[in-house]
Amino acid sequence: MTEVFSITTESIEPRALEEIVRTGDGGVVTFLGVVRDEANGRRVSGLSYEAFEPMAVREFEAIAREARDRFGDVRIAIVHRIGELSAGEISVAVLASAAHRGTAFDACRYAIDELKRRAPIWKKERYADGGSEWRAGGA
Amino acid sequence: MRIRVLVFARLRELLDGGERSLRLPEGASVEDAWDALVAEFPAIAQERRCTRVARNGRLGSFDDGLNDGDELALLPPVGGG
Repeated sequence: MTEVFSITTESIEPRALEEIVRTGDGGVVTFLGVVRDEANGRRVSGLSYEAFEPMAVREFEAIAREARDRFGDVRIAIVHRIGELSAGEISVAVLASAAHRGTAFDACRYAIDELKRRAPIWKKERYADGGSEWRAGGA
Repeated sequence: MRIRVLVFARLRELLDGGERSLRLPEGASVEDAWDALVAEFPAIAQERRCTRVARNGRLGSFDDGLNDGDELALLPPVGGG
């Protein structure tokens, strides 16, 4: 399988993304973003994510291209979940697979940092005390 | 001309819906579209400074001209991950 870039409403299965790994790859780095039960001292009961899907997927593709330009030959998978999520659920998975671990670590870190910075995806935190808030800026 | 406007997150809530059609005079810009929305929904005025725009799926600016049938997306500060 080639690279994977998608937005999904289903729960994310990180192991399924390992299909992008090639026989010559010796290092695979997986980052999983998980919903926390606390933010800024408030108890979080859940999150909802939404995305401008076609643009988000194009941004994932662009980020992967940039990672290859910067770090060399690497295959990347990026999947972000949208909809209602509870604490402990995976919101995003980034997998980078390369011949050596250095490239895989660098590319994975770059991809998740850039995703948080610029992909058109939004997150609303719902708090146990009843309030809710849109959160921006890589929180 | 008529354009399609997509809004997300906080803007979607303030506009009471994610998608609407907007009729504008020929030669209108993204700024004109924004002003038309502010006239209808004054609460969004303060969001102007932190809103980015995408025209037909590509990032653009408030100075961009619009054409009939364009899709204009208004993007609040992002927070994925």
